[in-house]
Formats: sequence, structure tokens, C-alpha cells
Amino acid sequence: MSTSPAPLASPDDMRDMFRTMTLIRRFEEKASEQYMAGRIGGFLHLAIGEEAAIVGTVSALRPDDPLTSTYREHGQALARGSDPRAIMAELLGRATGICGGRGGSMHLMDLGRSFYGGYGIVGGAVPLALGLAWAAKYRGGDQVAVTMFGEGAANQGVVSECFNMAGLWNLPIVFLILNNQYGMGTPVERAAAVDDFFPRAAAYDIESWKVDGMDVLGVRAAVSEAARLAREDGRPACVELLAYRYKGHSMSDPDTVRSSEEKERWQARDPLVTFERVLLGEGIMGADDIAAMRTEVQQVVDDAAAYAEQGPEVPVAELARNVYAQPWNDDPRGSALVRP
Amino acid sequence: MSTAPAEVTYRDALNQALREEMARDESVFLMGEDIGHFDGAFKVTRGLLKEFGEQRVVDTPITEAGFTGLGIGAAMAGLRPVIEIMTVNFALVAMDQIVSNASKIHYMFGGQVPVPMVIRMPGGAGHQLSAQHSHSLEAMFTHVPGLKVVVPATPEDAKGLLKTAIRDDDPVIFLESEGLYGKKGPVGGEDDLIPFGQAVVRRPGRDCTVIAHSRMVWVALAAAEQLAAQGIEIEVVDPRTFRPLDLDTLAASVARTSRAVVVDEGWPECGIAAGLAAHLYDACFDMLDAPIRRVNAADVPMPYAKNLEQAAIPQPHDVVAAVMATLAREVPR
Repeated sequence: MSTSPAPLASPDDMRDMFRTMTLIRRFEEKASEQYMAGRIGGFLHLAIGEEAAIVGTVSALRPDDPLTSTYREHGQALARGSDPRAIMAELLGRATGICGGRGGSMHLMDLGRSFYGGYGIVGGAVPLALGLAWAAKYRGGDQVAVTMFGEGAANQGVVSECFNMAGLWNLPIVFLILNNQYGMGTPVERAAAVDDFFPRAAAYDIESWKVDGMDVLGVRAAVSEAARLAREDGRPACVELLAYRYKGHSMSDPDTVRSSEEKERWQARDPLVTFERVLLGEGIMGADDIAAMRTEVQQVVDDAAAYAEQGPEVPVAELARNVYAQPWNDDPRGSALVRP
Repeated sequence: MSTAPAEVTYRDALNQALREEMARDESVFLMGEDIGHFDGAFKVTRGLLKEFGEQRVVDTPITEAGFTGLGIGAAMAGLRPVIEIMTVNFALVAMDQIVSNASKIHYMFGGQVPVPMVIRMPGGAGHQLSAQHSHSLEAMFTHVPGLKVVVPATPEDAKGLLKTAIRDDDPVIFLESEGLYGKKGPVGGEDDLIPFGQAVVRRPGRDCTVIAHSRMVWVALAAAEQLAAQGIEIEVVDPRTFRPLDLDTLAASVARTSRAVVVDEGWPECGIAAGLAAHLYDACFDMLDAPIRRVNAADVPMPYAKNLEQAAIPQPHDVVAAVMATLAREVPR
């Protein structure tokens, strides 16, 4: 059993966190370029602006705490330490992708890092995390399951079902409501009867609170406390992180609903800029350190893109591979046709 | 030892399978509404709470999407949940979890994690439960790659197939029939597993193949008796699982008889009978002497009134009429 990260980040932690936030930002920018160049198909949801919420959360967890996410999950995978090459290759639909090109941007998973995946149906992954918490408790383990979802998902019935079961059965789970204030183009005030979402969990006897999701150290402290409650007291917890995504819902969203004043107001509190100020102010990193880190991160991202592009396509002969863990045949056109 | 094996009900056969598999493997647990203290809405889980305790026999709130999803997550973590949905009708509330998560996870994430779980539920009509409590949704589940779909007709199959389902590494939709829980028959022992994808001939015959599953097997066998009195011998074949499907056995029977009727308690449009008929046309068109006939539920929401309900459900005389039609004969009055 590993030890839990300290709620207060050490200087080394802070350098790591800043690097990961930078990696996510640069990775998302590169993914955006790749999408515009036509190399990425389907949906591409960028988490730019949400780096503090992601990194603050993941940095507060043990590596063996199971984590689930939504379809906006490149950052969670990167924060968990997944290979940027394999993630970018997945976005490009290559055989070298982290899920062999079967999942794409919305469905990354890295089981070896206890990242249990990104899911595309809003709210749909929350009961999975409840099951991961259930399994930890069933086996007498001390892992805490963590599920990140948006405030839009909080309006789905199944999320309330999970609050109820978690409270009823004292399951070791942390519900992280990443409130980026918009469900696609619909603002919270037009979608929710009450603007705050954490009281919904509180209604099920779950300790819940709300913090600034743009402040990475505050997020880490809050999620640490939530994970401690779950791990040590065997109680579920819920943290609402108020944040803002800078880009539209996905690449296909021209983002015309939100005012430029609003975007500028939030971008003035950019989590990378404010954290950089803290690091410089406390002498944890110098300007040269930061410049060197940025260069290194940019190299990682450029390398990931190059690697992804060189990756082979998935052989069509493997179309039906992995439909079943225990298959009876691999014929993609009629898998029901032959008995085992 | 020549003592005849004791006959048990379909309900108790399922109970035996659950008990044996739970005793064999600690990662197996049961979860569902009223399955513990209440012993289950249909008493399938009777006594299991007392034997295995509250950690392994879990009464849930009325929250089908939530606990089905919980089961999927627990399966991803390596446990083997057996989720009971009280009836198939309530599975519709959990359909997103079943279709978007359970069936997809192994494929979508490149085979990183299997979902070894069973979702048990009874379905079918016949008790005047009217439109919202009388579904036969085999076709909906069979439509979905990534699921396995099991439809036992006898106590022996109920037990042997459930044991196989619990040990299987994929999500298994295990469809019981409300009308069969009291049906008695012999069952296998602890080590008698029935493999998926093996159809069985329930009654041999030369004149027409009748494919039926679950409770419809018994409807087909009743029709077989009536037809035998006319000198017509039908071969009743039970697929037992729709995913995987043992098309070889079905097609071999049709090749022998040159005629086929498919009986299905579900609706006709894009249903199980339609799907099986399409497979059979592909596999043995040249051997057929008549078009394949389908016997389905009426294409209506299930009505309450007894006479209407019975008219809407496939009956032995419907099967007789379909067989006679494939033989181009008049239905005897």
C-alpha cells in the first residue's frame, strides 16, 4: 500500500504539478492543430482552462486510486502519467494508440495507472466509479475511487442514484463535480434550479463543499481532505470545483454563446499564470527553470505528434478483435454464426 | 446408483447455481432489489442472504441504472457481480449502462479490461400484468455486440447455463421466464456446466423444424403433440443462447426437414424470429420447400384483459397453424 500524497504540496510536488499543467495545455493546443489539419476525426473536447482542476485532483490521489472521467479526459490521462505518444496516437486512430485506435479522444484508458477511462454518455461513468469503490471495500482494500464529471452530468438521474448508494453504504468514493458553468452551450442558470451542485451530494449525507477550481493548490488540499474522509473514515465525499473551459464544448462548437467579456474575466485568472506567479514569488522555480521546462514539454508534445503520425493504421483484419474477452470467433460480419 | 435424479423447479435450479458458484468463488456477489431479506421477488435467491451474509447478497434501493452501473464497475475491478433486475421491464431504465458501458468497455478500450458480470432478469407475459410489465426484450439485447444473451427453457439449462454465465468473462444477459419458475425437471450437479452456443433438439421430427426458446419451447412441444395426432412430426430446436448462436445445429435441422417456423414471444418487427429467419435463409435457402414462418406476439402493447392477452401471446394453436402453412395444409378444426 502506498502512502497518500500530502495535502500541502512540497516544492518538488509544485514543480511537477506545474509541468503537468503545462503539458496538458501544450498537448491540447497540439491536438487542436491536429484536428484543424484533419488528422483527428470525430469529437475533440479540449480542457484548456481546466488544468488546475485536473492536476490538483490527480496530485492528491494515490497512483492506485481508481479514476474515471468524462470524454474531456486527455488531461486526466496525462496527469496519471500515461504516455503522451500513445494518447496522441489514439487521437489519430492508430494501432499504436493507448486503446489500439478503438476509443479515440473520448475513450482513453490506462489500466496500469488505474485510469479507468473516459466515457461519452454524460453522467454514465459515475456508477462505474461507485462499483470500483464497492470492489475496494469488498476486498478490504484502502483505495478511494474518484470520478470527475461536469455540473451538466449532475443533472442526470443516475448521478443522484450514486450519491444515494454512496451515502447509504458508506462507499470510499470522491465525487468531483468540475463545474465549468456550461453544459455544451447552456449556462448553469438556464439548466439548474440551484446554481451550486455540491448541496445535492450533501442531501445524501455526503460531506461536500466547493472550491476555486482555478487554484491548483486549493484543489489539491480539498481533494486530499475528501480522499482522507473516504480512505480513513470510510465516508464518501464530494468536491465542486468552479472552473472555466476556454474553448467551446468541442472543436465543432464555434463558441458564440459566451461573451468575450466573460471569457476574458476568467482568462485573467488563468491557472497556469497564477501558479507561475506563486512559484516565482516563493522562489520555487526561477524564470530560467520555467523556460527550460516549457522547452522540454514542447519537445515531448512535438515528439508525441510525430510518433502518432508515424504510427501504423489498425489492420482491418482486427476489426472484430476484443468485442468479447472470451470470443467464439472473430468474424466481423457475423459473429453469431459459428459456435465456440 | 440408478436412482432417478430429483426434479427441482427452474427457480430452485437457479438458486442452486447461485449457491454453488458463490461457494466456489468469493468474487461472486449478488445485488438487486429485494433479493436478500425478501428472498427475491420470485424467490430465486431464497436463503442466500442467510448463507452468505449482507456483503455478498445486497439489497439495493430502487435504482436500476445505478446498481447495474455499479456492477459494471465492480466487474472492471475483477469481481463477478450477478445483478438481478427484478424484471426485464426495469432493464429499460438501465439500458444506457448495459449498452453504452457493459457491452462496449472491453472493445472500446482496446481489450484492457473485461466486464465479467451477469445481469439476470425474468421476462415474458401471461399474468395479466399489461403493457409495462410484460416485455420480451431478447431482440434488444441480442442486437448489441459485446453482450452474451442466454435464454434457458428448462431447470437443467437454467442451472448449467447460469453457472457458465457466472464464470464467463463477458457481460451476460441472462433472461429467465416468469412463466417457467415453477417448471420442474432434473438438473445437473456442481460440475455440470452447459456451454454457450450449443443448441439442443428438444424433440426430433422429420416434417418441419420449429425453433423456440425459453417458455416458447413448451408452447412448441404442446403444438408438437397436437400435430403428431395428425401424423405430422415437427423437430423442436432450442438455441439456448442467441449470442453466441449455434446456427449450425439450427441449419442442419432445417436442411433435414426443408421447412422452418420460428417462435418468439417478442414482437415481430426486427425481432428474434426475423433475425433467425434471415440467418436460415442465408444458410439453407436452397433446401427450403416453403417460406419460413414466424410466430410472434401480436404487434401491440400487451393488453390487460385476459382474453386479449392470450390472443396476443403465441399459443400452441398459432404454432400448429404456422406449421400447417409451411406444409400447405389446412389447419384442422
